[in-house]
Amino acid sequence: MLTIDKLCARVEEKEILKGLNLTVKPGEVHAIMGPNGAGKSTLGSVLAGREAFEVTGGSVTFNQQNLLELDVEARAHLGLFLAFQYPVEIPGVSNMEFLKASVDAVRKAQDKSELSSVEFMKMAREASKQVKLDQAFLKRGVNEGFSGGEKKRNEILQMMLLEPSLCILDETDSGLDIDALQTVADGVNAMRDTERSFIVVTHYQRLLDYIVPDYVHVLADGKIVKSGDKSLAKELEAKGYGWLEGEVA
Amino acid sequence: MGVLQTRVLELAEQQSAPDWLSGLREQGAERFAATPWPTRRTEHWKYTPLAGLAKKVLTPSETSSVDFQSVASVQSPAYRLVFVNGVFAESLSDSLPAEITLLASANAEQSALIQQHLGRLADSREHLFAALSESTLEQGALIYVQAGQQLDKPIYLLNYSTGDAAQLSSTRHLVVLGEGAEAEIIEQFNTDSDQQNNLVASYTEIVMAANAKCKHYRLNLEGEGITHVGGVFVELGRDAQFNGFAFAKGAELIRNDYVLTHRGSGAHVDLNGVYLPRGKQVVDYHTNIQHCVPHCTSSEVFRGIIGDRAKAVFNGRIHIHQDAQKTLAELSNKNLLTSNKAEVDTKPELEIYADDVRCAHGATVAQLDDESLYYLQTRGIDKDQAQIMISFGFINELIQGIENSAVVDFLLPIIAQQFGRSESLLQMEA
Repeated sequence: MLTIDKLCARVEEKEILKGLNLTVKPGEVHAIMGPNGAGKSTLGSVLAGREAFEVTGGSVTFNQQNLLELDVEARAHLGLFLAFQYPVEIPGVSNMEFLKASVDAVRKAQDKSELSSVEFMKMAREASKQVKLDQAFLKRGVNEGFSGGEKKRNEILQMMLLEPSLCILDETDSGLDIDALQTVADGVNAMRDTERSFIVVTHYQRLLDYIVPDYVHVLADGKIVKSGDKSLAKELEAKGYGWLEGEVA
Repeated sequence: MGVLQTRVLELAEQQSAPDWLSGLREQGAERFAATPWPTRRTEHWKYTPLAGLAKKVLTPSETSSVDFQSVASVQSPAYRLVFVNGVFAESLSDSLPAEITLLASANAEQSALIQQHLGRLADSREHLFAALSESTLEQGALIYVQAGQQLDKPIYLLNYSTGDAAQLSSTRHLVVLGEGAEAEIIEQFNTDSDQQNNLVASYTEIVMAANAKCKHYRLNLEGEGITHVGGVFVELGRDAQFNGFAFAKGAELIRNDYVLTHRGSGAHVDLNGVYLPRGKQVVDYHTNIQHCVPHCTSSEVFRGIIGDRAKAVFNGRIHIHQDAQKTLAELSNKNLLTSNKAEVDTKPELEIYADDVRCAHGATVAQLDDESLYYLQTRGIDKDQAQIMISFGFINELIQGIENSAVVDFLLPIIAQQFGRSESLLQMEA
C-alpha cells in the first residue's frame, strides 16, 4: 500500500525528515509517536503534498504510484486522506457544498458513479450522526466558528464520505476531551477493514487506548528510531521520550 | 465643452418636461455646462477613467417594444415600475398605489414636495452627473409614504437598456418617508446584451423623517457595454434606520455615489456591497457617511473580486463632525484579486472632529489564501474549482446577510454564473 524509503524533507532551510522509512500494508494501523519537533506533522504534510515542504531525498510509493510526483488533489483521488491537526476555516462556503464537491471529485477520479444530491444528503446526514455533529453544521461555513472538537469530528466525517484507502490522522486527538476522543475513535474503528490502512500520528498514548494500533513507531529527529507493537506505546508513557533518546545514542 | 456635455444639453432641450420642473432643469443645465470635465487630478475621479465617456455620442432615448419578460428579476410580490431606456413603460409596469407617482404627473402637493427636496441631497454643484440628471429631469418616480404608514410590498424600479444606439437613459427618483414610515425599494439595472452601450444616469434621493425605516437595494446587472453614473443620497432623521445593499457585476464603467447624512441622533446606517468586475470592466463606489449629530451609528462592508484586467475603485469616506459625539462607525473594504493584471484602488477616508467616538476602518487587497486552497485540494477538489469556491465564499458571506431572501435567491445564480459555478451546488444549499 505505502512504502516510504529514506525520505528527506525540509521547510525553508530547515531539514526536518532525515531518512524516514516506513511500510504500511493493507488493513494495518500504524501509530507514529514522538516528541514535539520530531517531524510528525511534516510527515503528514509531505505525504499530502503541501507545497511549502520540499522533498530533498528518498521516495514514496502509494498504491503502485510514485506519490511525490502527484498534485495534491491527485493524491486524494488515489485514496490518500489527511485529517488535519488544524482544519482550515473557509467562511461563506457551506460545509455541505464543500463535502459534495469533494466527494464528487474523488468519485469521478475513481470512475465511480456520481451521487445524486438526495443520495449524498442521506449519506452526509448519517455520517454526521455517527460523528455526533449536529446537522446544522452541514449548512454552516466550512469549519467556521466550529470548536476544536467539532472541527475534528468534521474531519472524520469527511473521511467517512471519501472512503480513502489510507487515512493519516495528524494529531487528531490534540485538545480533545474524552467524549470527542471516543467519537473520533469510534469513527475510525468503524472504518477499519482488511483493505483500509491508517497512520495515526499522536503525541499522547491515550488515543491508542481507543484506536488500537498494529504497530507503534517512535519518530525522533526526522527518523523512525524504534518500532514495536502496541506495548511500545505503554512503555513510552511510563518512561517518557527521554528514555529513547538515551537508547538511540 | 466636450462632445458629451454639448449633446446632453441638446437632448435636454428636446425633452418635454412639465413647466414646474424647468427651474430645476435650467439650474442643472447651467451647472453641467459650467463644471469642468474631471481629469486624473480631480479628487473624486482620480482612478476612474472618463475619457471614453467624454467622447460618447448619444441619441435621444427611444422606447421600442421589448421582450421584457426574459429579464430576470427578484421573485417577490412588488410594485414594479419599468423604465426602458429611461422612459417609463406603462404597459410593463404595475398599476401604482397612491404612494407612488411619476414625477411628470405629480399634482400640486406632490410637485411642491419634489421642489422642496429634489436636488437638495444630490447636490448638482458637487456631483457632475447629478447635474446631468437634473438638466434632463423628466422621468422617474416620487415615492411618498406618510407618517406611520408602510407599503404592503416592495417597490421595484427596473431600468432596462435596449437597442443598437447609445442612448441617454436618465431617471430620477425621490423617496420621502414620513415619521415612522417604512419602505423597501429595489433598483435594478439590466441590458439586452453586452453590446448595448447606453449612458445610464440614475439618481435616487431618500429623505427619512424620525424613526422611518428604509431597505434599499441597488443592483447593477448591466452588460459590458454600459456606462452607468448614479447615486443614492440619503438623509436620516432621528432614530431612522437605513439598510442598503449595492451589487455590481461590472460594465464599461459603473460609478455609484452613496452619500448618507445623519441629521437626527440615534439614526443607524447599514450599508453593504459587492462588486465583481471581470474582463476590462470598471466598477467604482464612492461612499460618504456624514455623522453630523451625536449617538448615531454606521456599519459599512464592501467586498470585491476583481479578475482579468478589470478595475475596481472604492473610496469610503466617514466624516464625523464636531457635534457628533458617541458616534460608532465601522468601515471595511476587502478585495480579492484573481489575476495579476487586475487592479483595485481602495481608500478609507476618515475625518474626525469629535473626540468621544469609536471608528474602525480597514481596507485589504489580497490574493486567495493558500491554506484554504491546500485544504480543498487535499479533499480532491482541483485548484481551479477550489479558487472558485473560496472566491464565492468570500462574497457569499455578505449575500447571506441580505434580509430579503428573495433577493438572495435572485443574486446567487447571477454570482454563480459570474464565477462559472454549477447551479446544482446552489440548489443543494437551498
